[in-house]
Amino acid sequence: MTVQTERPVEAAAPISNSLTAGRLPKSAPWTILVVAIAVAAAVFGVVSIGTGAGFNWGGALFVGALLYIPSIWLFSTLVEGRRRAMDRLVTALVTGAFLLAMIPLVSLAITVITLGAARFDADFFSMSMRNVTGEGGGALHAIIGTLFITGAAAIISIPVGLMTSIYLVEYGRGRLARGITFFVDVMTGIPSIVAGLFAYSLFAIFLGPGTRTGIAGAVALSLLMIPVVVRSSEEMLRLVPNELREAAFALGVPKWLTIVKVVLPTSIAGITTGIMLSIARVIGETAPLLIAAGFTASVNYNLFSDRMQSLPVYVYTQYANQGNPPEAFLDRAWAAALTLILIVMALNLIARLVARFFAPKFGR
Amino acid sequence: MSKRIEVRDLNVYYSKFLAVEGVNLAIEPRSVTAFIGPSGCGKSTFLRTLNRMHEVIPGARVEGEVLIDGNNLYDPDVDPVLVRRQVGMVFQRPNPFPTMSIKENVLAGVKLNNKRISKSDADELVERSLRGANLWNEVKDRLDRPGSGLSGGQQQRLCIARAIAVSPEVILMDEPCSALDPISTLAIEDLIEELKLKYTIVIVTHNMQQASRVSDRTAFFNIAGTGKPGNLIEYDDTTTIFSNPSVQATEDYVSGRFG
Repeated sequence: MTVQTERPVEAAAPISNSLTAGRLPKSAPWTILVVAIAVAAAVFGVVSIGTGAGFNWGGALFVGALLYIPSIWLFSTLVEGRRRAMDRLVTALVTGAFLLAMIPLVSLAITVITLGAARFDADFFSMSMRNVTGEGGGALHAIIGTLFITGAAAIISIPVGLMTSIYLVEYGRGRLARGITFFVDVMTGIPSIVAGLFAYSLFAIFLGPGTRTGIAGAVALSLLMIPVVVRSSEEMLRLVPNELREAAFALGVPKWLTIVKVVLPTSIAGITTGIMLSIARVIGETAPLLIAAGFTASVNYNLFSDRMQSLPVYVYTQYANQGNPPEAFLDRAWAAALTLILIVMALNLIARLVARFFAPKFGR
Repeated sequence: MSKRIEVRDLNVYYSKFLAVEGVNLAIEPRSVTAFIGPSGCGKSTFLRTLNRMHEVIPGARVEGEVLIDGNNLYDPDVDPVLVRRQVGMVFQRPNPFPTMSIKENVLAGVKLNNKRISKSDADELVERSLRGANLWNEVKDRLDRPGSGLSGGQQQRLCIARAIAVSPEVILMDEPCSALDPISTLAIEDLIEELKLKYTIVIVTHNMQQASRVSDRTAFFNIAGTGKPGNLIEYDDTTTIFSNPSVQATEDYVSGRFG
């Protein structure tokens, strides 16, 4: 008892906590960053005065950020010790890498939006390029073509890809399954132009050389799309716990019904996301469509006859064959690029919504 | 509603590996039979051969006969799906279907088989099964909520309700309480006591008190060493196994002097 009563007296003595260590103040990283940029700006300012050139803002920011990395490490080593210094260094490197990766993305978005806005008007979405030689015209035929060709490619690829992945996960054993996995991996690496040439020559065999149709383009795209669908759906199906399959089997449910009613619904969110991403992957393909579907100035609703324009090919033709005035052609190309990006963005948004809507629900 | 199971000279293989060797036993209708034994001795493997669930594992195969009321499960023409409709199973970890509500989980055996059922019949079946699994009072107000939102013990009783909703003859339970707390375990043991009146129950357990509490007869499985097949050592009334077993290994195991 006496020992216990004495203890608080001991603890009350002003002893420093042995678990504390030196710590930079919260504001230190920002202060160091600002100082580093200021130093870099000063150097660049001296250079610009000396050479008479304009002040290089980007260079100052970049060099300042570079300067920040060793400085934070140095200050942290002095105050906080090596472990924390390493933590600060790696944090700075990782953040820097992220910002570096964002630069081209943001720059691309800004460029496409500013340049594409010029012709992003009602005409652009309601007119084709038929009989347009200079200003005016639109990309209606290309938008229709892109939607038709990509839609047809999806209709071909989704059943084939999904069923292949079901085979690989639920049925496939031994050599055949290994072979399929191998060739799917090989197919992911096929250059898109090879897919285009394949589809073109396939249709040329049956319909004669020079045949360019929307469906040929769709076949080319589905060659690129199927491996992506197979791989992503396979991953998702493998994530379904075996316990759920066993639970269904133990209830006397046949295997195919277990797959249709338990395995697929459980993984449908991931599968949909994978499919949407595969569509986003092929919707911007140019080379195979240029070969297999060709290009045209007119609206074509028929996948099975005549050439069909698509947005990437539209961008290419507008840019490659500029007429008079050339600005009109460039503006149309940028507007079409913007439209394509917006379509892909919309698909990604839909994929997220679908994933959230279908995801297995938890909660009481 | 319940059937007699007879096992004759059963060997279970995983590819070339002999996992369980030479099992002979008979399980009477409307009784609880417990399988006990150390881990890896083939209790669960053997249990799964009673409704051909072992076939889910690639390479697993069986020699010998399992007769349910005289019908051999391993006759070449037997459809495993029909077997599993008669012999239900509850697993170690509760596994309600995450995409389905509580009600849909109970109806899973009916709905997944594409059978049509009128709404009133369905409601009646849900209530009867959930009452049978002692879960009705806890979930009757939230039948449309996801089954995965229940506690572990409730989920396990939901799985039992799901198993009895297809009115099987036999219910196999593979360590149904090993992931549950003592209160949920007690609830499930009480439930087994009630289910015994209608069904033949076979339960694998690592908990010897549980075996002695719930079962009428107990089978002790053992394994000679790693890589050797598991054997049925002794099969007798539970009281005999726990008080006066005829084999020394059984006595060592049930009294905790094993190994």
